[in-house]
Amino acid sequence: MAGISRRGLLGGGAALAATGAAAGIAVGGYALGRESEDAAVDAASDTYPFRGTHQAGIVTPAQDRLHFAAFDVTTDDRQALVDLLVQWTAAAERMTQGLDAGPVGAVDGPYNVPPDDTGEAIGLPAGGLTITFGFGPGLFEKDGVDRFGLADRRPAALRDLPHFPADVLDRNRSGGDLCIQACAQDPQVAVHAIRNLARIGFGTVAVRWSQLGFGRTSSTSTSQETPRNLFGFKDGTANVKAEETAELEEQVWVQPEDDGGDWLAGGSYLVARRTNMTIEVWDRQPLADQEGFIGRTKGTGAPLSGGDEFTEPDFSMPGSNDQPVIPVDSHVAVVHPSAHGGARMLRRGYNFVDGTDDLGGLNAGLFFIAFVRDPDTQFIPVQQAMSRNDTLMEYLKFTGSALFAVPGGVGEGEHVGQALFA
Amino acid sequence: MRRSSLTPARTTAPRLLGLAAAVLTLPVLASCTEAVPSAESDTDGDGRTVTVTSSADECEVSTGEVPSGTLTFNVTNTGSEVTEFYLLAEDGLTIKGEIENIGPQATRQLVLAAPAGDYVTACKPGMVGEGIRSDFVVTDSGEDVAVTADEQELVDTAVANYATYVEDQADQLLEKTRQFVELYEDGQDDEARALYPIARTHWERIETVAESFGDLDPKMDLREADLSEGEEWTGWHRIEKDLWPARATDYTALSAKERSYYAQDLLANTEELVTRIGDLTYTVDQIANGSRGLLEEVATGKVTGEEEYWSRTDLYDFQANVDGARVGFEGVEPLLETKDPELAASLRTRFTQLDDLLAQYRTGDDFVGYDELTQAQVKELSDAVNALSEPLSQLTAALLA
Repeated sequence: MAGISRRGLLGGGAALAATGAAAGIAVGGYALGRESEDAAVDAASDTYPFRGTHQAGIVTPAQDRLHFAAFDVTTDDRQALVDLLVQWTAAAERMTQGLDAGPVGAVDGPYNVPPDDTGEAIGLPAGGLTITFGFGPGLFEKDGVDRFGLADRRPAALRDLPHFPADVLDRNRSGGDLCIQACAQDPQVAVHAIRNLARIGFGTVAVRWSQLGFGRTSSTSTSQETPRNLFGFKDGTANVKAEETAELEEQVWVQPEDDGGDWLAGGSYLVARRTNMTIEVWDRQPLADQEGFIGRTKGTGAPLSGGDEFTEPDFSMPGSNDQPVIPVDSHVAVVHPSAHGGARMLRRGYNFVDGTDDLGGLNAGLFFIAFVRDPDTQFIPVQQAMSRNDTLMEYLKFTGSALFAVPGGVGEGEHVGQALFA
Repeated sequence: MRRSSLTPARTTAPRLLGLAAAVLTLPVLASCTEAVPSAESDTDGDGRTVTVTSSADECEVSTGEVPSGTLTFNVTNTGSEVTEFYLLAEDGLTIKGEIENIGPQATRQLVLAAPAGDYVTACKPGMVGEGIRSDFVVTDSGEDVAVTADEQELVDTAVANYATYVEDQADQLLEKTRQFVELYEDGQDDEARALYPIARTHWERIETVAESFGDLDPKMDLREADLSEGEEWTGWHRIEKDLWPARATDYTALSAKERSYYAQDLLANTEELVTRIGDLTYTVDQIANGSRGLLEEVATGKVTGEEEYWSRTDLYDFQANVDGARVGFEGVEPLLETKDPELAASLRTRFTQLDDLLAQYRTGDDFVGYDELTQAQVKELSDAVNALSEPLSQLTAALLA
């Protein structure tokens, strides 16, 4: 590939290693303070391959930062859409390898044209960047119109999620014909990716909404410690992990025999839910109540029935006053796989704080992302149970919602989603 | 309200109340329970910290004799079932202090003031039987730790007054609901609209109590946004939308028959509510938690203008929630004065500040519509709610200290 790589600017491998280490420290008080092993993971796996059996950014050990964008397709021209996917594939592959978005680069092009890379990532390493693409229901059919001849390829599960109690959805934070999830250890790297991809898309797609996230709220590998959400509790303890290969096939990857498997096999469904937390009110709850709402201890994350974080909760263990020690309406009791026929999710959400709201409260919460093989059995029933029965709902408000089908990995010489357009 | 089975249920449901009920309804010692990271030895070195290890078949108490004063029991459960710990009077029956729901591997703390005398300690692994008991002696240290009879009197008065208040509000709610549904069924819409927020005031004043009935509350007070798909919408807000359809799109007014259905349903549920409220008794911590809960209702529903989406009468509800919270606070205020006078003073001041702010928008019993408030005015109200809510969240623990 032509042009100067962002690494090249730094003068080669040795300098890279040093810079990588420095970056780890610079991200800083944060990354190192959380858990030192993360820094080790960062340095060791600065770059993930873009191509493979599955798209990266799903079982990839969850990076620390997110920029997620949903797009409306503004063209009716199928070829224009395919051309964009080809361009996006090339740019995404370059950026995930620590290169500029375009072949010329941020500073090596002619003086009289805008550069094909926006430049804010100059000097930054790849930062573990992964870029994951998804297709929303509107790509297949929108307002009854089959714009791209794809209507008969839409799996039945790929449709707008139903209204759940306590949904107060902002239309401008919901839906989308396409999505791109960019995750990296450095927020500037993630933002750089979305910014350049959005720029390439002008005229074919338009950004509908986007969301920044920090502080991954799930671990997707057993090598990662379970992080905390903004309620201060460990989140995603029961996550499907990269090491559980059989469970991944069962719970995450769409199989060839599944609906839409002809193009979606090896892919997954991405559920995005912007979940606002009523932070100030939550903070006034006594510790015992907080633990009762979650069903776990705040310190170790162990279930209230005892053990450590990864001990299976014992929902039948008697507690005082003839009630189970884990309240039946606690979050863990309501959403646990044992209450949903063993349904699990691969969660990959992030905390977000979008400043403050009109009343001075934190506009903050969890940008929930989950990958599932079948949203009809693995997400919708769980969300319904949660919206109806979970005591935690008193402190939650869903403000955004979207569902996308994430096609399988991109092979050599292919563009993302090629099987769908074949 | 938002949803039924939530916070207020937790603050009023029996399962969390054992501790306080046991402590405050008996002429005894106040106590509180805390989570502690690990069992500690007698860190203060005054001989008043006791380590208890509760296993499946043993209840090891680090010492059987301590000087009178404020005692701390650090109870660790090393068994595989939930355990409880009790400090009982010499008779082995009267509970002086207890900790419930100590899960396996958990350590919880009981702090209480104990005068000299003979006691019994008990661990109850699995919560069965009379527990594993030992004699426990508190020797006279010369410190005055006796709980005065006055304190019990304060508790009794607070509890009795609160019960009277709730019943009175429930009775008024029923009476005004009856008038309201009659007007509504009669098609006297202007009159019904005028009475709507006034009648609901009595609901909002006791909202945390009303919400504790998880089956009735959603039938009576559910907002349209909180419905599940396919769920029937009944109650106050269903009628509200019919009386104030201006913000609705393509709204079809209810027929006379439908009006009658929703009206009679609301009335029947209100009657049931009043009956059930008559059977309730309260503890001091329930009153305090209820007070906190009412302010949370303000913060999450009223100050944001979400509760009365159609009628915009949120400020009536706002005031009513604050009224109820204030009555709860004032009921326990004399007790709080003996425990934490600074907190009492802070709460008084901040209730007054919030009430004064609200008064700007009131004429007689009537409030301006929520839409008439500027963003700055809403913010000012919200700030005052936060200012009050923060110390209010300390009230329960202060009363139990």
